[in-house]
Amino acid sequence: MNPFTYSSATAVEDAVRDNASHEGAAYIGGGTNILDLMKENVARPTHLVGLNKLPLTAIEPTPEGGLRLGALATNADTAWNEEVKRRYPLLNQAILAGASPQLRNMATNGGNLMQRTRCYYFYDTATPCNKREPGSGCGAIGGFNRIHAILGASEQCIATHPSDMCIALAALAATVRVSGPNGERTIPFEDFHRLPGNTPERDNNLEPGELITGLDLPAKGFEKNFSYLKLRDRNSYAFALVSVAAALELDGDTIKDARLALGGVAHKPWRDQEAENLLKGQPATPETFARAAAKVVESAKGYGSNNFKIELARRAIVRALKQAAEGSQHASDVFLNSNP
Amino acid sequence: MSTTNYIGKPTSRVDGPAKVTGAATYAAEFHVPNMAYGWVVSSPIAKGRITKVHADEVLAIPGVLEVFSHENVPGLAWFDRNYKDDVAPGGSPFRPLHEDKIKFNQQPIALVVAETLELARYASSVLRIDYEEEAHETDIEAKRDEGFEPGRGKSGWMPPPPPRGNPDKAWEEAEHHIEHEYVHGAQHHNPMEMYGATVEWRGDKKLTVYDKTQGVVNVQNYLTKIFGLSKDDCRVINQYMGGGFGSGLRPQYSVFLAVLASLELKRSVRVTLTRQQMFSFGHRPHTLQYVKLGTNPDGTLAAIQHHALHETSQFEEYTENVVNWSGMLYQCENVKLGYQLAKLDVFTPQDMRAPGAATGSFALEVAMDEMAAAAGIDPIDFRIRNYAEEDQNAGKPFSSKRLRDCYHQGAAKFGWEKRNPQPRSMRKGNRLVGYGMAGGVWDATQKKAAAKATLTADGKLQVSSATADIGTGTYTIMTQIAAETLGLPLEAVTFKLGDTDMPEAPVQGGSWTAASVGSAVKSVCEAIGEKLLKLAQKMEGSPLKGASPDEVEFVNGQIRLSNNPNEAVVIRDVLQASGETRLETDTSATPNLLKQATHSMHSHNAVFVEVEVDEEFGTVHVTRVLNAVAAGRILNPKTARSQVLGSIVWGISMALMEETIMDHQFGRYMNHNYSEYHIPVQADINDIEVLFVEEEDDVVNPLGVKGVGEIGLLGVAAAITNAVYHATGKRVRDLPIYLDKLL
Repeated sequence: MNPFTYSSATAVEDAVRDNASHEGAAYIGGGTNILDLMKENVARPTHLVGLNKLPLTAIEPTPEGGLRLGALATNADTAWNEEVKRRYPLLNQAILAGASPQLRNMATNGGNLMQRTRCYYFYDTATPCNKREPGSGCGAIGGFNRIHAILGASEQCIATHPSDMCIALAALAATVRVSGPNGERTIPFEDFHRLPGNTPERDNNLEPGELITGLDLPAKGFEKNFSYLKLRDRNSYAFALVSVAAALELDGDTIKDARLALGGVAHKPWRDQEAENLLKGQPATPETFARAAAKVVESAKGYGSNNFKIELARRAIVRALKQAAEGSQHASDVFLNSNP
Repeated sequence: MSTTNYIGKPTSRVDGPAKVTGAATYAAEFHVPNMAYGWVVSSPIAKGRITKVHADEVLAIPGVLEVFSHENVPGLAWFDRNYKDDVAPGGSPFRPLHEDKIKFNQQPIALVVAETLELARYASSVLRIDYEEEAHETDIEAKRDEGFEPGRGKSGWMPPPPPRGNPDKAWEEAEHHIEHEYVHGAQHHNPMEMYGATVEWRGDKKLTVYDKTQGVVNVQNYLTKIFGLSKDDCRVINQYMGGGFGSGLRPQYSVFLAVLASLELKRSVRVTLTRQQMFSFGHRPHTLQYVKLGTNPDGTLAAIQHHALHETSQFEEYTENVVNWSGMLYQCENVKLGYQLAKLDVFTPQDMRAPGAATGSFALEVAMDEMAAAAGIDPIDFRIRNYAEEDQNAGKPFSSKRLRDCYHQGAAKFGWEKRNPQPRSMRKGNRLVGYGMAGGVWDATQKKAAAKATLTADGKLQVSSATADIGTGTYTIMTQIAAETLGLPLEAVTFKLGDTDMPEAPVQGGSWTAASVGSAVKSVCEAIGEKLLKLAQKMEGSPLKGASPDEVEFVNGQIRLSNNPNEAVVIRDVLQASGETRLETDTSATPNLLKQATHSMHSHNAVFVEVEVDEEFGTVHVTRVLNAVAAGRILNPKTARSQVLGSIVWGISMALMEETIMDHQFGRYMNHNYSEYHIPVQADINDIEVLFVEEEDDVVNPLGVKGVGEIGLLGVAAAITNAVYHATGKRVRDLPIYLDKLL
């Protein structure tokens, strides 16, 4: 771990300015990931800008009828927020499927988007990794890649984005609010994270020094028909092998609107709008679900130890859509999603 | 001890309050003045040579005190034998910082010592080291045909017995026969507490070493031999341990490096390992097993063949008893057992909870399930038809064996009769339901151990022995034994351990501590009792005059005549009347070899498991486990139950989650942290239950105890594997049963 300096900001502008004035600075919120990365010598910030005193912990309605989640509200406070539970139970489910209670108590909403892959090779400085050291190669391709990507990967990187929360945010079509040296802007959730391509060192489309200030959820929450299904090697504190956020709006047995996003399969939360279009206007039947699932995995590619994920993803999509159509999940019903 | 006050009674841990309040101090928590901090630099390659350590660059950083590496480590003991610890396997022990050769990935290659921990860590991260890399081999699959039979092996290892009968012909001619390979990868112990040592420099080469270890005596012997210290100048202390599971049987390189730095810098030094470095030493070896079984028309076993091949390092021959159990657990006239090692560029494997037996019982007991299915016999019935009334390996009767009761009582309590023998026949919604069972056998061992007891005039008794409590409950059961033997209240007894100033005890392992140290504690308390009796008889008007030790009993703080409990004297009064301020004695207990030589001494168990498997996803949920254990006298049902519960969780882990994954490209374990090396979390554990089938056994030792540290693990992984087969019709023969193996 490198020596570093630390400052604590009380206003967003100060945080942004402080960050910009230090070469190699990083922001720190709950610190549940960056501290690990620093201890492993993967992240080597020279200066940390502490964010926890910023006034960004509120969860409040937006003028458009949605809900704004402060970037510094903890994952736990967000999951258990009454409005989130009532209007966006999919988000509640996804957050509670992730990490452990201790981590959720520390981790912030902004930090959740910023967490980095858990690829073994990324974390181990004794092995090559294009994400950690661009140009050094990829240990996972040709190595042990059971937890790696099957969609949208590149020859440079097959890492996956580890978040559960972000899969629900992708399905709900949230908007990311950011503030930076050039002022404020918003980024549609789908455009926030990147595919690895030739620049796997970049996880997202934030400009240097930009800070996430909040997440806006649109009015539509799919609170009746949703499912977050997570498949993993143990029932808590394990990243998804495959996870599925499914949300349906039904008119009788007909699907009026649909959302489908996957975790554990790509470098970013993998929302598939073509598959969603195959669901819209169709009867909510196993056949419809199977067509959508086939669409999602159509371009999937395995790298050896993760080949199984293709079939697992297909089955998980069908199950999640079925659960969503049945309306069988409820907010905070954590055991349903962890024990499919 | 027909009726007891403490032994056999559920007793809460006497060290519990200290542990939960933080009063218990662990090795790396001792603060001594003027301490320096060492950080271990681990090799990033599996094999090669260090050509240059650029120590000068980090020594220029203010506050960095020294960089130790093979380039500057002073002359230490020359001969291999000085580096052999008390439980070392055969071969040439690894010597940290001894030479430029790199023999395994994550090998400690340098120690950076600095004024603060943070500085030492930073300096080690920028320390440049040049290497010449060489081709490595870390894959046992590549060494399938290069297995060899080990030489002497380590203490406690028995080469497989020679074949009996005609196992090849009997297998060929059997009515039904099966043959399969069973595999599990490397597993690491992963105790919560990382290895670490705080070495207090007391001037003039005098050290107090606080070290995480399962045996302070072993560490003291090791250090004094290597560094040329006298035992008086090298006191080793470890009062509490945050888990060991066998990883602390051998001295760890952290204590070697801390002592080295302390002696060289002439100041106190602490060295702790990181979680990642906890994957840099001993582990349960990656093992390939081949089992062939055959049955006669009456369902008896016609032949048993069991062969195992596992990894060891290039420099030591680690051995464990993998296959021998297969010649002992069931009656069979035609048996062939084989055991081989293969050398890889890895660190030497190390005993890990039920070493060898956990591995061997997995293969044998899954094969038994396959054989029962092939022969169309219920798995319990099959085992009972082949029940071994004597140990055929040794040709001796068992000192006690109530395995049959484990089967019967366990099956009844579990509800085995509800099992439809047909695979895939039971379900709940999306989930297939399966029942499986398996069992195991472990050694009941007693080793020589010593203890000291001091009774003071206030009626307080202190007993001590240089043993360990790795979380098993040693403090508590020794307190119970002492209180029972001298008839004192539990609160009047204090048991101390983990200090080389105390009487010698073996490393804590092999499930032998209760029997070994327990016998010593009983013996030393009896010696105090005899002294007390003599003093009591000198008291004026003593009702005990002329009574021999076996005519009196120690109960409720009194010595009284066994046949007339009203004739009694109070122990405190005896001391006061005698004018003695304290009675003190030490003694050792050794196994009664004459008595034991005619018997085979073992604990047994039978495990019953219910699983639910999602039909589409292959996710396995272990919904119920019942573990029926016959392990002699149970000294403390509460702590004994905890040990078996822990074993069940461990078995679930072994079956479904645990595997240290080696990337052979780099010869490096990749999931070297708690996040990616999976062990169960609370949400994975459902109903788990322990049933003790008590045995009376006066052969094993005077207490009649067999130990419960390991027996509980046996059969758990096999029973889960068998239940998964029953649920799904799919037979998984390589652990862990990841969901992808069931898709």
